[in-house]
Amino acid sequence: MANSLANTGADLELRGIRKEFPGFTAIEELDLKVPAGQFFALLGPSGCGKTTTLRIVAGLEQPSSGSVFLGGKDITATKPHERAVNTVFQSYALFPHMTVLENVAFGLRQRKIDSPLEKAGEALKLVELQHLAERRPQQLSGGQQQRVALARALVNRPSLLLLDEPLGALDLKLRRQMQIELKAIQMEVGLTFLHVTHDQEEAMDMADVVAVMNKGRIEQMGAPEVLYDRPKTVFVSKFLGQSNLFIGDVVEENGNALSINVAGSKITVPKARAEKHSGKIAIGVRPEKADFHEDVAPNVGADTNLIGPGEIIDIRFTGVSNQYLIEIPNIGQVTVFAQNIGKSPETQLGAKVWVTWKVEHAFGLADLPAGSGE
Amino acid sequence: MRRFTFGKLALPIYSLLAFAFLMVPIFYTILFSFNDAPAPNTTWKGFTLSHWLGVCTNETLCTALTNSVVIGVVSTLIATILGTAMAIALVRYSFKGRGAASLSLFLPMATPEVVLGAGLAAFFFNIGFQAGMLTIIIAHVVFCLSFVVVTVKARVQTLDPVLEEAGRDLYANPRQVFWKITFPLLLPGIMAAALLSFALSFDDFIITYFNSGAVDTFPKYIYVVSRRGVPAEANVIASAVFLLAIVSVVASQLVSALKRKRLGL
Amino acid sequence: MAFAAFGPSQPVVAGAGKKSSPIVLALLLPGIIYLGLFFLTPLISLIITAVEVPDASGAIGAYNYGFDISNFGYVATHYFQQILRSFLYATIATVLALLISYPLAYFIGVRMRRFAVLQRILVTLVIAPFFISFLLRTLAWKQLLADNSWAIETLKALHLMGANDYFIGTPGSVIFGLTYNFIPFMTLPLYTTLERLDLRLLEAGSDLYANSRHVFTRVTLPITLPGIISGTLLTFIPISGDYVNASANYLGSSKTSMIGNMVEADFLQNLQYPSAAALSVLFMAVILVLVWVYVKKSGTEDLL
Repeated sequence: MANSLANTGADLELRGIRKEFPGFTAIEELDLKVPAGQFFALLGPSGCGKTTTLRIVAGLEQPSSGSVFLGGKDITATKPHERAVNTVFQSYALFPHMTVLENVAFGLRQRKIDSPLEKAGEALKLVELQHLAERRPQQLSGGQQQRVALARALVNRPSLLLLDEPLGALDLKLRRQMQIELKAIQMEVGLTFLHVTHDQEEAMDMADVVAVMNKGRIEQMGAPEVLYDRPKTVFVSKFLGQSNLFIGDVVEENGNALSINVAGSKITVPKARAEKHSGKIAIGVRPEKADFHEDVAPNVGADTNLIGPGEIIDIRFTGVSNQYLIEIPNIGQVTVFAQNIGKSPETQLGAKVWVTWKVEHAFGLADLPAGSGE
Repeated sequence: MRRFTFGKLALPIYSLLAFAFLMVPIFYTILFSFNDAPAPNTTWKGFTLSHWLGVCTNETLCTALTNSVVIGVVSTLIATILGTAMAIALVRYSFKGRGAASLSLFLPMATPEVVLGAGLAAFFFNIGFQAGMLTIIIAHVVFCLSFVVVTVKARVQTLDPVLEEAGRDLYANPRQVFWKITFPLLLPGIMAAALLSFALSFDDFIITYFNSGAVDTFPKYIYVVSRRGVPAEANVIASAVFLLAIVSVVASQLVSALKRKRLGL
Repeated sequence: MAFAAFGPSQPVVAGAGKKSSPIVLALLLPGIIYLGLFFLTPLISLIITAVEVPDASGAIGAYNYGFDISNFGYVATHYFQQILRSFLYATIATVLALLISYPLAYFIGVRMRRFAVLQRILVTLVIAPFFISFLLRTLAWKQLLADNSWAIETLKALHLMGANDYFIGTPGSVIFGLTYNFIPFMTLPLYTTLERLDLRLLEAGSDLYANSRHVFTRVTLPITLPGIISGTLLTFIPISGDYVNASANYLGSSKTSMIGNMVEADFLQNLQYPSAAALSVLFMAVILVLVWVYVKKSGTEDLL
């Protein structure tokens, strides 16, 4: 049954896409390649151009310049109804004057496919909604509407499925459940999915490859774990999870590591994990990779960065972990997440601490945070 | 506390009285359609069904009624088509001169009927165009058009453009998107506009009077004969139109309410 | 619903407009051309007629193109009483219609919210008078309030009216008829705004102002102002141009004539086209100025 929906997904390629609207530029310059069968996520804050990108792929907007290729064919000038691309809209956009079944059969009927209602029924089975086929969309819950929208798009066996924040309207619990289902369906039907979202957890959870967009450009693209482990820009390091950033001039370079001087402390990063090797650079570390030590400065080797002492100015208990905010004179605030496994002794607000992390966990960024000179 | 209960009751009682006030002439008109009296029909002389059973014994009246229906249908058709197109353009597209277009639709609504009636009459007179059915229809479309645009506009504004994009995405070309998605969703608004347009045309007297020439319409007939006294057959027609309209509107509301209930909304 | 026509403009739900295209022209042009031909041209025609001069032959109803603006001066002085009366009657009737309609619209729009079906039926009852001939409704009042009618006899018996007093034919009866006939035009726009009135704002208001009268004047009234404005415009304009209620065959007499009666008489009976046209043009100009000032003052220019 699921196989009846399967189709060989097609490669999507965007070349030199630029999109200007009166008064602003939504997409500066975009090149993108999504291999067939991949679950690709475009992640970014609202207004970053990700939805415009999606609409250009769907054919609902024309790029100001650049081309769109699907399966190697230039479809830039092709009308939306002539593209083998279907969209799951953010608001679902189910037709209120048709039943659920008629909604799903709509695309099949337009293309004059045989027995559209039967095939629509099968698609509803895939999303486990066959029992609601005769209802009107308004009578369904948000999650059910979302699944109808998915079935309505999938039933057409598009080469590429576009998802525009399809889970945005759902509450957190339902969203997590739908993420699992959506991923399962994608694996089952083997289509190329292009998913647009501002939810970094959702993107990292579902996608094979994530592209982080900011101000009309792709900042970084890669597998979710790689993006998280080695963000290359300030934006990515902050948008995808949290980061502690330290800024200083490169003062030492030996073999495969380089160090910067931050208010007298030396912070080292492996050369292979740094984008820039000279001048003023920013080095970061994830809060959960950092650790702190009370009372006395620990003895550390060359494989560990050490800063401090500082003072704990805020402690938040989030359940799985405790989040400590530490103020270090001349350096600034540092966040440290410590897993709540009951081992660590109770640390009090105002405690004097030193912060350490492994050099191998540090990353060097290509740019500097706004307001830090240069 | 006492003031509170008084306040609670005062408004319903007032509203009841207001409705009674609105209904008085309607009941009077319906009642006197059964009055067993000849033409002046001003005092109650007893109950009869004869006016209802023989409406068209009064030929002038029936011709006037037929004219009113024909004029109402034709001008509604024209006004609804022109107005729906304009409403879609005004809501969905931004273009230079949109403000001017909106103003040109507001002006006919702000023009007193007597001015529009005299203006059209002067226009037809100046170009030597014989007043008749055609001039009445032309005049009716002018004042129906603005009301159609306003009514349909309200509906277009509630229509989410994403639904049309979904249609395009699902292999419907622009024409198919319009007929399968836009039009069915606008239909309730278009129907409401058509109904309003027909009601306005059917009951119009002032503009018609200026532009009708020798043609009689139902309101014009009443105006002309009111000097001598209106025959009960006119009451029959007015009552029948009223009952037909009220019954169909209330019935459609009940049906849609039941539908919603059945759908569990 | 049809009632939307009487409501103030709705908030825009649909997204931003698309860019202009030939489609806009195709959609808009037929209507614009129609209005240009049969609305604008007639108004211009009216102005041309207003400055025409009588034919040298002196035949009744024969006029030639000319440029005699004295017609305006003539109608302004000759019909001054009727002009004044029209605006006076229209103002009183509009205020009365507002006072009668507001509580009614409030009851239907706010109190009846929990009963959706009943609410719709009540709205239908408000527009019910539209479905029965305007002229017959007015004639019905003429009979009901005639000199020997039950209502007038009762008032006389109660000594609320003198034995020789009468109602039909007086300014009061014309204003009564005008008010009655145009109440639905006032109630519907009021209803559409009151129906959308967020009751939480009233709660917030009573939280802040405590006194229910202050809540009404400081919260409810300002919020429903757009409805009041479109209601008064939709009532005032047709009332001031009406001539059925004021005519001697209906609720008026020769002493209650309004602008409409004069235009009708000059145009259709006396065949004095230029003076009828001049009076119409003058009337239209006054209405436009009044509407413009009124809309500017009330600060809601997006009525359409």
